Formats: sequence, structure tokens, C-alpha cells
Amino acid sequence: MKETLNIKQKQYLEQPKERISGSEAIVRCLLAEGVDVLYGYPGGAIMPVYDELYKYQDKINHVLTRHEQGATHSAQGYARISGKVGVAMATSGPGATNLITGIADAQIDSTPIVCITGQVTSHLLGSDAFQETDIVGISTPVTKWNHQITKASEIPEVMAKAFYIAKSGRPGPVLVDITKDAQFEEFDFQYKKCEGIRSYNPVPKVDDFKLKEAADLINNAKKPMIVWGQGVILGKAEEELKAVIEKAGIPSAWTILGASAIPTSHPLNIGMVGMHGNYAPNVLTNECDVLIAIGMRFDDRVTGNLDKYAKQAKIIHFEIDPAEVDKNVKTDIAILGDSKESLSKLLPLLKANSHQEWLQNFKDLYAVEFEKVIKNDLHPTKESLTMGEVLHQINIQSKGKAAIVSDVGQHQMIACRYAEFNTSKSNITSGGLGTMGFALPAAIGAKMAAPEREVVAVIGDGGYQMTIQELGTIFQTKVPVKIVVLNNEFLGMVRQWQQLFFDKRYASTEMTNPDFVAIAKGYYVDAKRVTKREELASAVEEMMQSKDAYFLEVCIEKEDNVFPMVPSGASVSDIRLE
Amino acid sequence: MSKEIKQFTVSVYTENNIGLLNRISAIFQRRHINIESINSSASEIEGVTRWTILVNMTEEQMKKIIGQIEKQVEVIKAYYHTEEETIYQESCLFKIKSDLLFEERQIQNIIKESNARIVTVNKKFFVLEKSGRKNEIELLHRELSAFGIMQFVRSGRIAVTKDEMKITEMLAAFNK
Repeated sequence: MKETLNIKQKQYLEQPKERISGSEAIVRCLLAEGVDVLYGYPGGAIMPVYDELYKYQDKINHVLTRHEQGATHSAQGYARISGKVGVAMATSGPGATNLITGIADAQIDSTPIVCITGQVTSHLLGSDAFQETDIVGISTPVTKWNHQITKASEIPEVMAKAFYIAKSGRPGPVLVDITKDAQFEEFDFQYKKCEGIRSYNPVPKVDDFKLKEAADLINNAKKPMIVWGQGVILGKAEEELKAVIEKAGIPSAWTILGASAIPTSHPLNIGMVGMHGNYAPNVLTNECDVLIAIGMRFDDRVTGNLDKYAKQAKIIHFEIDPAEVDKNVKTDIAILGDSKESLSKLLPLLKANSHQEWLQNFKDLYAVEFEKVIKNDLHPTKESLTMGEVLHQINIQSKGKAAIVSDVGQHQMIACRYAEFNTSKSNITSGGLGTMGFALPAAIGAKMAAPEREVVAVIGDGGYQMTIQELGTIFQTKVPVKIVVLNNEFLGMVRQWQQLFFDKRYASTEMTNPDFVAIAKGYYVDAKRVTKREELASAVEEMMQSKDAYFLEVCIEKEDNVFPMVPSGASVSDIRLE
Repeated sequence: MSKEIKQFTVSVYTENNIGLLNRISAIFQRRHINIESINSSASEIEGVTRWTILVNMTEEQMKKIIGQIEKQVEVIKAYYHTEEETIYQESCLFKIKSDLLFEERQIQNIIKESNARIVTVNKKFFVLEKSGRKNEIELLHRELSAFGIMQFVRSGRIAVTKDEMKITEMLAAFNK
């Protein structure tokens, strides 16, 4: 074994070397990693790299966002729809700190992105130089890995590690900070992709014995229930999951980031769990006898009160990250490993089954939810427009094919509850961090990564104004994203909480909004406003038919609430329908 | 699992990289946990750093934190042990006026009985070194305080475990 490594090393050392600058090396590393587009914003400490991007513009497309936060969210959108690593770039100081929100978002939602920041010249480090911030220090708690480069010769190895770490195992954000002198410095360049790091074991081995135990538990279960999360999508295990669900006949629910892994219309897809999830899977979480969690992390928005969460059930947890096992919910059997591998090994151990009677419980509770909530959301009889009926119209036009990029708040919950999907990687939203302003730039990245797909951003009037400047990016790049703003002139989710838990004291949640249509038109984006039901269907159709970017504002009921709802601190089975 | 707060010695084997201290200490800081002492040194394996961290918490919390530490890319392996499972020492230095050494006979007895070692003596001061368990050091500190201490410093805990930690095999497996 050691001999072959030496041969490999020898070959590597014998490769022709080229003497190039650090900044050119960075671009060459990006190309070697298959990067075709990156998002960023230039500035003093990163200018040498931008100079190289200028020379390489036929090979790599740099998209100038209007704010560095937009660059990270675009990189996230790109990564989430494609499964590839998204790349964002910024200068030192404020450029770098503006990346932090997107990095934190990518960390908590396990999104593979690599962020490259320029840094002041190395002899100025620590001197409070112009636009100097300790971005490695600042980004440490929100990155999977980060590193500062002060010598050009470090660039190939660090960049190779950055991409490897970002995408392997449980993915996450990596930040590489490069001093300006390292960008200018010339060195002998050669690139080798990273194939492993001795201190890092990204994919634990699947334990066959535990898998057998899990299969026995599932085979003997009377009321099994699956809750899957994004781990299925990140592990490309959608087909394996579907096979498991169908063979064992298990009613299966999803977390917000797991949405779209299995088509919405699948008969065993019983909807979303969590605070604003569906009634049946929340209530029946506390009635199932075996709960099978796959690639999800028992977030507090999913579990509600942990002391009253699935206490009656045996818990099986399929998980790639050992730190997630027993973190929130104590498991009976934990299967570490990649979801694709563990599910394909599980499948032959399962007995064919169908749990018709148990499944009927879900159908019965769905009927209750439909009567109390869904009917009024999707087919309202009141005069004002609802968020749900807008999603309903998008579904009619999309036929499950569009990717829906949602922001954060009431509209997000409505979008995730009602959007219909038949393709995986179609629900792009900020789940863990709840970052308002995510959707518009994320939609840009998603559309660029998957130009053949329809990408519809669904955004509230609050979040829209947090990154509204990215309309400039849309105008400049001509990226044909569809933007729907559901305008209730409120920070709706906060208002809903104020109504329910703060005696309707609407502190700073009412918004006096500008003319959104005029603003879109100011950026030369086609735009329309809808205020009446009879205009809605045709407006959504016009938007979806458009070959170009399109902005649609829908003025909706100001004080609608999102139900069902698990009040914070309550048990999932105490979910409220009104 | 017990909710009782206990003292744990955490041993972390890591690559020797800038910034790793920040990454590890942030894991404790984020959970509002005070680090009682922390020590970084070489380990039995060339090029591998060993951190010894002393903390108080429940075992349940400790397990989760070990998971978070091990999750860091440059951490090779992390372990936690109770006091009974380790052999541990701390070290301290006292700087004391030299006059006292000659004028106060009691000091000489204290030094003898405590097995402390005189590192240096000059006209102005002498320096006393003592290694041992925390309570031994605390006792010596109390006894010497009566005479006046010019400076006192104590190191973080260092500890080896009674059971083996299979770190060398792990690294060997990677290098194959």
C-alpha cells in the first residue's frame, strides 16, 4: 500500500509545474474543482483575484451581486438545487463580514459552499489596517472549516481541502481567507484534488448488525412512521427511500428541508412535521410505535416539547453526523452512515408490508385538517386573497416541476405546506437559521445552476426588502427568475405571534411599503400587481409563461394566520387547528 | 443518565493548526460552560497536539460536547474521563521573599513536608515549585499565604488515562 502511495506521490511531483501568481492559482483551483459560476463583490484586498477572473471570463462566470450577503445566498441556491459546491467571493473587512449571515445559514442547513475572502497584506495582520477584520476568528463558529493563507504555495492544498470538506460527509460552509501578498506572490503551481484528511472521517461505516436490529424492529412494528430530512437529498438517496417506504408500507413525513425528496402526490407521503406542519403526522408522532428518522436532526421546530415527543415509540435514527445522535431525542437504534448506503442495505432486510389501517388514521386526520384549514387556505370564500390560493395557482401552472425558493415567515410555511413537487431538490428555503432575505438571491443561484428548470421565488414583503437590491443582479445577468411577493403589509409571522401570545400588541410589525411594481420596473423587470381573485390565475399564468424575469405582487389579507400550529413549548400532538 | 454535575477531564488529539483553540473553546462558550483549566502540549504521537481540558457538567452534556469537538475537521479524537479514570497532576510556582526563608523556620518545614522544590534563590526572592493534585497545591498555597506570597501561578491539569486510548492505531489505519 505504501509503495503505491509513493508512486502516486512521485507522479504528482513529476507533474509539470507552472510558475503563476497566487491569484491565478485561486482561479485555476476553482476551474479544477469544476466551478463554472461564482458570486461575489470586488474590493481592495481581493482585486488581484478579480484581475485573474477578468482574464478567465470565458471559462468562469463571476456574477456581481449587489451585496455580499446576496453572494452567499446565491451560492447556497446554486448548491441546493444542483448538489454541487457553491462559491462566493468578497473582499476583506465589511465584504467578509457581510458573508456571515449566508455562511451561518449554510452551516445550519448543511449546504456546501466555499467562501473566498481577500485579506490585508500579511505584515499588516493584527494592526487594525484599513478593511481588516479577523474573519477567520469571526467565522469559526459558523463554518465547517476555515483557513487563512499567507503564502501562495499553500493555495492548492488549502483550496483542495476546502472543496473536499465542504461537500463530503455532512456538507457545510468553508471559508478561505487569502492575504493580498499571497495573491501577488508567484510560485510553482500544481493541483491535486483532496481525497482524505486523517483527522476527518466524513462518512461513518454502516453497522450491519444494528441495521438488522432496526429491520427487525420495523418488521414487527404495527404503527411505524418515517420522518425524513435533507439527509436523504444530500445523500442522493431519494430512490432508496422510496423503495423502503413502498416495500414496508410506512406512512412517511418530511421536515421542511426534506421536502420534495418524495413526490407530494405519493400515497405514503403524509406531509410535513413540525410547528406549522400537517396535523396528522404531528398528532400521530405521539401514537406511532416505531419512529424512523432518516437524515434529520430533531430540530426544536420539528419536535416541540421534547419531554412529550414520541415517548411511546422506539426511535431509529439514520444519520451521517455522530454528533446528532442522542443530541435531542434519545434513540433506541442509531445507524450511522450515508443515507444511500444504509437505506439500500436496509431494503432487502425489510418484509413487504402495508399498514392500511394505520395509514387510514393519517387520512382521517388529513380530512379534519382539510376541513378546518386547507380548504379555506386554497379555496377561500372570503373576499380577500390568501397566500394558499396563490400557491394553488402556482401549482396549477408548475405541475410539480418548478423549484420553489421561499424566504422566511408565514409565506414560507404556506409555500412549504402547499407547494407540490415531483422532482427532488425543489424546495429551497432557509430552514435552520430562518434568514429573511434569503429567497431572492438564492433563486438567482438556483436558476443559474438549473437553467432548464422553472424557479419561483415566493417572498414576503418584509424579507423581500432585506435583499431587494438583488433585482439589480437579475437585471444585469438577465437570469429569468420568477418572483412572487405575498404582500400583507405586515411582518406576518411576528404579527401572528403578537396576536396569539402578546395580546395583539403589534409592536413594529406593520410595514408601510413602497410601490413594489414601480421598483421592479425601475430595474426593467416585468411586473404586475394583483389585488383581486379574478386577476390571480391569469397573472400567475402570465408570470410562468414569461421567458424573462418577472415580478408579481399579490396583495393578500393583512391579518391571516398560519395554521396548524404547535405553540412553542407545547407537544406536537397539542397542535392547534385554529 | 445522571443529571449530577461532575468534573471531567477532556483529552483532545488534534492536528497542530492555528485557530483550533478558538474552535474548541467556542464549543464550550456557546453552551455557557466555563473551562476550569486548559493545557496544550505535544502528545505521544509526533505532530499531534494533545489538549487537556477540565470542565464541570453532567455526563449527558459531556457526551454531546465530545461529539461536537470530534466533529471539527482537525480533531483526530476526543475522550472524556472522570477523576478516578485518570492519573493527573497540576504544577505551580510560588515567588516568596528570600528573607522569610531564613527568618521563618516554619517555611522550611512547610517546604520539606509538601515535597516542594526550590527552583532558585537569590537575595530578594526564592521560587518554589510544587507538582501534585489540586488539593495539595491548595494546601501549600494556604500555608504559605500566612507569610506573604509575591507571586503565585498554577498550571492547567495534565492527565493520562488508566485505560488506553486507541489513537495510534487510528492514525496508522489512515496512513495505510
